[in-house]
Amino acid sequence: MERREFLQTASVVGAGLVIGFYLPPGRGRMPAATGPFAPNAWLRIGTDESVLVMVDRSEMGQGVATSLPMLLAEELEADWSKIKIEFAPADKAYTNPMFGMQGTGGSTSVRAAFTPLRKAGAAARELLVAAAAQTWSVDKAECRAEKGAVIHTPSKRRLTYGKLAAKAAALPAPAEVPLKDPKDWKILGTRVRRLDTPPKVDGSAQFGIDVRIPGMLVAVIARCPVFGGKVARFDATKAKAVPGVRQVVQISSGVAVVADGYWPAKKGRDALEVSWDEGANASVSSASITQLFAQRAEQPGAVARHDGEAETALASAGSKLDAVYEAPFLAHATMEPMNCTAHVRPDGGGVDIWAPTQFQTGCQQLGAGIGGVAPEKVQVHTTYLGGGFGRRFELDFIQEALEASKTAGAPVKVIWSREDDIRQAQYRPACYHRFRAGVDATGQPVAWTHRIVAPSIFARVFPQTIKNGLDEEAVEGGVGMPYTIPNVHVDYLLTDTGIPVGFWRSVNNSYNAFAVECFIDELAHAAKRDPYEYRRDLLTKAPRHLGVLNLAASKAGWGTAPPAGRARGIAVYKSFETYVAEVAEVSVASDGAVRVHRVVCAVDCGPVVNPDIVEAQMQSGIVYGLTAALWGEITIDKGRVQQSNFHDYRMLRLAEMPHIEVHIVPSSDAQGGVGEPGTPPIAPAVCNAIFALTGKRIRKLPIGKIV
Amino acid sequence: MPPIVLTVNGKRQSVDVAPDTPLLWVLRDNLGLTGTKFGCGIAQCGACTVHLDGTAVRSCVMPVAAAAGKRVTTIEGLSPSRSHAVQRAWIADDVPQCGYCQSGQIMAAAALLAKNRSPSDADIDAAMTNICRCGTYQRIRAAVHRAAQEA
Repeated sequence: MERREFLQTASVVGAGLVIGFYLPPGRGRMPAATGPFAPNAWLRIGTDESVLVMVDRSEMGQGVATSLPMLLAEELEADWSKIKIEFAPADKAYTNPMFGMQGTGGSTSVRAAFTPLRKAGAAARELLVAAAAQTWSVDKAECRAEKGAVIHTPSKRRLTYGKLAAKAAALPAPAEVPLKDPKDWKILGTRVRRLDTPPKVDGSAQFGIDVRIPGMLVAVIARCPVFGGKVARFDATKAKAVPGVRQVVQISSGVAVVADGYWPAKKGRDALEVSWDEGANASVSSASITQLFAQRAEQPGAVARHDGEAETALASAGSKLDAVYEAPFLAHATMEPMNCTAHVRPDGGGVDIWAPTQFQTGCQQLGAGIGGVAPEKVQVHTTYLGGGFGRRFELDFIQEALEASKTAGAPVKVIWSREDDIRQAQYRPACYHRFRAGVDATGQPVAWTHRIVAPSIFARVFPQTIKNGLDEEAVEGGVGMPYTIPNVHVDYLLTDTGIPVGFWRSVNNSYNAFAVECFIDELAHAAKRDPYEYRRDLLTKAPRHLGVLNLAASKAGWGTAPPAGRARGIAVYKSFETYVAEVAEVSVASDGAVRVHRVVCAVDCGPVVNPDIVEAQMQSGIVYGLTAALWGEITIDKGRVQQSNFHDYRMLRLAEMPHIEVHIVPSSDAQGGVGEPGTPPIAPAVCNAIFALTGKRIRKLPIGKIV
Repeated sequence: MPPIVLTVNGKRQSVDVAPDTPLLWVLRDNLGLTGTKFGCGIAQCGACTVHLDGTAVRSCVMPVAAAAGKRVTTIEGLSPSRSHAVQRAWIADDVPQCGYCQSGQIMAAAALLAKNRSPSDADIDAAMTNICRCGTYQRIRAAVHRAAQEA
């Protein structure tokens, strides 16, 4: 972002919230507030030496509450121990430049903020230095900023930022500010401790579900078990008989039982009698979806990539491989169930939303619509998120709280049970992949065709992005197949199943990595080649893929014998501009249970802000993908999800945790994200290891037991 | 219905709720102790772990009536100012990511260490069955060992 205009702050409203807004360049600036120095939307320095950073992305575990302040603090020359954070309100000043909306996702946070936040810190530093120089009547060039103070180098005089704050606030913003050379970084690139750890070890961190507002009621909602179904009629008599139940109200998603707390609300919902109009999806099943996919795969799809003439090359190829890969719907299962607290005041009196949300702009617009007010009258209070994984980019639970509050005439917190969370979500698309490859006499691939049949997330959330039946997000990683093959054809059949689909950590990369990286492994084995060496020789034009592939193989001891009873598998994949290779070491028990003992991960994400967080995110992404690969499956019968809770939607636990080693490639290449890219390669790495160990090729997830 | 009396974090509390109300919701909704989390409601995930007379229990399936007359310790009462060895180890290893499960993880680890001052990896595997969707298990294991050493 090359914006010159500065975000100027203005007023301090309510409980210490800084509301930022744009001032176009040349319009001058607001009169300086007495007291805090607030040169842009992200920073406020108090006369008490406090340095408050407004974190404008949602903290859902990925570390933005630390990594974003690091960007600003580096250039500010702040004393890191003085940094405090607050989550930003919904405001145009906090638009994610990679989205054009205020939201967190797509592993964009650090990439998008990398320049703007450093510039914001640098501009503030320049003002503080100028304020000190003016105070001492010395040349600015003789002053330097260091650890929260400005020092006049010749005289060693020193003034802290708190003492300079008022004066700095009165100075005009500098037009251009220099950024530090990365070799001079003191904070960036180091293992700074997370700012959100202390409140997360004593129970004080406030998640959405913890919000308590005076007069607040709690709602649990009965929704149609079939997707797309509606309330036909309901009888609230028994629900209202439950002590603590206050109201039973119909909202667009179902019937809300509104009570004094969660337990009476849930008991009330259990007692509620509802008849549903199940709608068009009542006969959908997993079997009917698989059949639909297989039928669709017989016809050509929207062309996503076309190099050379794959059909011609296939016809004349020495030998051919043909395979079908399938992956299921998946639920997110964030640890914190969906919830939102809303207060829609009557007669246009404004709206407050307290939510663990990834999408503040969406919340604000929805609140404005339901509350009948301008967006500026909707205050969005973002809490900590107990996991996001894309599920919290959705607004279904926000809408429910807004409608329930408006109808009930009180602040209402909507809480989903775990069963609601598993059964009423938007799922990672199920999908069907048909591959054909032709190889020459030496086993080199000469043709590759990949047909992807899947429902489209973007067809639901951003339908205008679908062009000629092609959802470019659905095919990423299929199109991006990195191996040098002269004839490639990738096409896509957008196939709605009636089951809602949504963003799930790494989105469609999760299935395309599985399919592509397993099928290339099939080609390697068919060629009687080592799967690592086979990939390596086909990646000579993909240096960053090659870099992580070589590093992971080397650190894993590829080519040496694994411990007895184990085998290794490898996969490499780029997503969100970050390159990750993973080697999995697995065994299979006598009952067929797969055990992953060790994962070696190599990552190239460009310039690293916090290596400790990068490592944690790789581990996290691997566990997320591994859990899904081993057991994750949402199945459908009569239009209903058959799983309901952690007993039948299994999670990896500590005893099953592989030892994960993360190796970061030192890189000054383009920066990528880290929240998601660890996820895609783990399923194929594990499946490829299972093949190496047992000769059984896993072409359908989840892996389950090897029999 | 007479009120139910229990001791929470050293303080005697009297609550007027249906006796089948899970202890979890009494802590959260009646006593305002929101550090103990709701994750599954069926004792699968352990986000709701508290100590009942010193033993780790899953409060989402424990009727409050079963805690009557007993001592309940929640994450808020584990120590003043995060000084318990487990909390210090969690900070030293920067264990949490989203953090939602960590109250339960810490309470499970504290209960384990109270009974077993030097747990092996197998002991940790057996005792630490709480779910973490962020996959912080490797750091949890390291932090339990650290807490055992530094306790």
